Amino acid sequence: MRPIDVLRFSLMALQGNRVRTMLMLLAMSIGVASVVLLTSVGEGARLFVVNEFSSLGTNLVIILPGRSETAGFGPSSFMGETPRDLTIRDVMAVARHSAVRRTAPISVGEAHASWQRRVREVPVLGTTSELLSIRRWTMAQGQFLPAGDPELASPVCVIGSKVRDELFGPHPAIGEMMSVGDRRCRVIGILGSEGRSIGLDPEELVILPVAFAQMLFNTNSLFRVLVEATSREAIPRVETHILSTIRERHQGEEDVTVMTQDAVLATFDRIFRALTLTVTGIAGISLGVAGILTMNVMLITVSQRTAEIGLLKALGARRSQILMLFLTEAVVLSSAGALLGLVIGITGSQIIGRIYTALPVGTPWWAIAMALGVAIFTGLTFSVLPARRAAHLDPVQALSHK
Amino acid sequence: MITLEHVHRVFQVGDQEVHALNDLMLHIDRGEYLSIMGPSGSGKSTLLNILGILDRSTSGRYLLDGTDVTALSDDQQALTRREKIGFVFQFFHLVPRLTAEQNIELPLVLAGVPPSERKARTGRMLQAVGLKGRAHHRPEELSGGQRQRVAIARATIMEPAVLLADEPTGNLDRTSGKEVIEILEDLNRKGIILIVVTHDPEIGGLARRRIRLVDGCITSDVSGHTEP
Repeated sequence: MRPIDVLRFSLMALQGNRVRTMLMLLAMSIGVASVVLLTSVGEGARLFVVNEFSSLGTNLVIILPGRSETAGFGPSSFMGETPRDLTIRDVMAVARHSAVRRTAPISVGEAHASWQRRVREVPVLGTTSELLSIRRWTMAQGQFLPAGDPELASPVCVIGSKVRDELFGPHPAIGEMMSVGDRRCRVIGILGSEGRSIGLDPEELVILPVAFAQMLFNTNSLFRVLVEATSREAIPRVETHILSTIRERHQGEEDVTVMTQDAVLATFDRIFRALTLTVTGIAGISLGVAGILTMNVMLITVSQRTAEIGLLKALGARRSQILMLFLTEAVVLSSAGALLGLVIGITGSQIIGRIYTALPVGTPWWAIAMALGVAIFTGLTFSVLPARRAAHLDPVQALSHK
Repeated sequence: MITLEHVHRVFQVGDQEVHALNDLMLHIDRGEYLSIMGPSGSGKSTLLNILGILDRSTSGRYLLDGTDVTALSDDQQALTRREKIGFVFQFFHLVPRLTAEQNIELPLVLAGVPPSERKARTGRMLQAVGLKGRAHHRPEELSGGQRQRVAIARATIMEPAVLLADEPTGNLDRTSGKEVIEILEDLNRKGIILIVVTHDPEIGGLARRRIRLVDGCITSDVSGHTEP
């Protein structure tokens, strides 16, 4: 029997019983659609987190003052702080290494920002010129903080676009003197609106030179230090360099915590992947249900078409041919159902993507391949039993079947 | 051509053995036209099933065209059925979703004959059974006689050596029945072995050789034309 004829025969058999065909298409497509939809959303969630993290910058090592591990019950656990501050000088020392490309000390606080009679409470971030490149921010207008000695407290500031709108309204802001806390500084740049990332929205920030911010907040300590390594491979070297430098400078104490962006990212990546797989697995159950439905429907089909099977045998069809006819029917059905489900699933995930624009919904190719593969596989496996039953029917009894 | 030697067919019914065929001896030559008659339960259908290789005898030999069919594997038997035997049934056994033409070409499809050749051969068969204009009708749109003619066309499209007809007129009115018998006899004149199983003495009497079965044994085997 020619393969094309097998296919044609199956298609005609499917046409012959529309209700059954529709029912099975529906079952299969629901299974596939739910797998595709849930993986798309899961992947979207994962990509969302990954993007949020990578917008913090790549090859990043973050230094936090204080040790992360609990050191038992001691005086420091009451104070919650280390006696030695993480200072700008520490940062300057850390920067002196071939594997360190950029460093940005960060000091944060809240202050009143005002211009003329408008006042607003804003988050203030003290840093150096290199933060712009580390965080991949862009300037909408003017320039970022000037490069140079980080200990120099130049009275300049860079503001986010939202701060600009709220304080200056339609007035041009560049070159204006504004007050931050009890100090005055000149606005030299306005940040672009992209580059949003977890926690900090650059639109709402006022950015000052780090020394100026420390003066404002009356402290020597830094909140964080961002260190960018020259490459991914250099990260471990940078870590050891940071720890040894700090130990040298802090009387032998390693009183900082060093985190790598990659480690955090990898953890989140793993968590989200596991979540996606779990959800996919749950959706996969509906594929299994579709498979069992396939088996039932195929069994009914075989008993409905018993006389026809008897006839085919009388006409000289071999067992393998009858097996092939019924398997083809099941595979055609389940692939059609899978394709339909794929269309529904992808359309559905596109719609979700439209509704939740922040979620980068995309159906990963492996989910498509898996859903199709599993659908066709279950269709095939679950119809082996009915098809075998058909192939092994006794022709005499089958022919007399009504 | 066909030789049955000591053929037994025993069915197990509960704990009882029923001898549907009992030590049957039969020889049929090329081009013969014979009818098998007998009361119900006499083993007519069993004999037909064994002749059509749909059923295996419990013991004994069945030689078809010189080969021992009982020794063949399932697939070889299927192949023999396809190439050498045609069936015509009382209830036609047409596939309802297929047109007359598609029903007729079914054996060719199973044999893997290319479409162009199938088209030509089904066309000739439709012509031969007088259904040229009905090629694209489904069985439900055809009369009983027409359905049986489609079935005959399907049974003979592989040009088999043997045509087995099981009550071919049992479900037809007299006129259509007559037409069907004429077509079958015409095929027999062209050389096919025609075996008709019936309990209608009028149909059975038309055959040149008439076999009577009772309880799985041949009780009479008469050749030549005698008025019933």
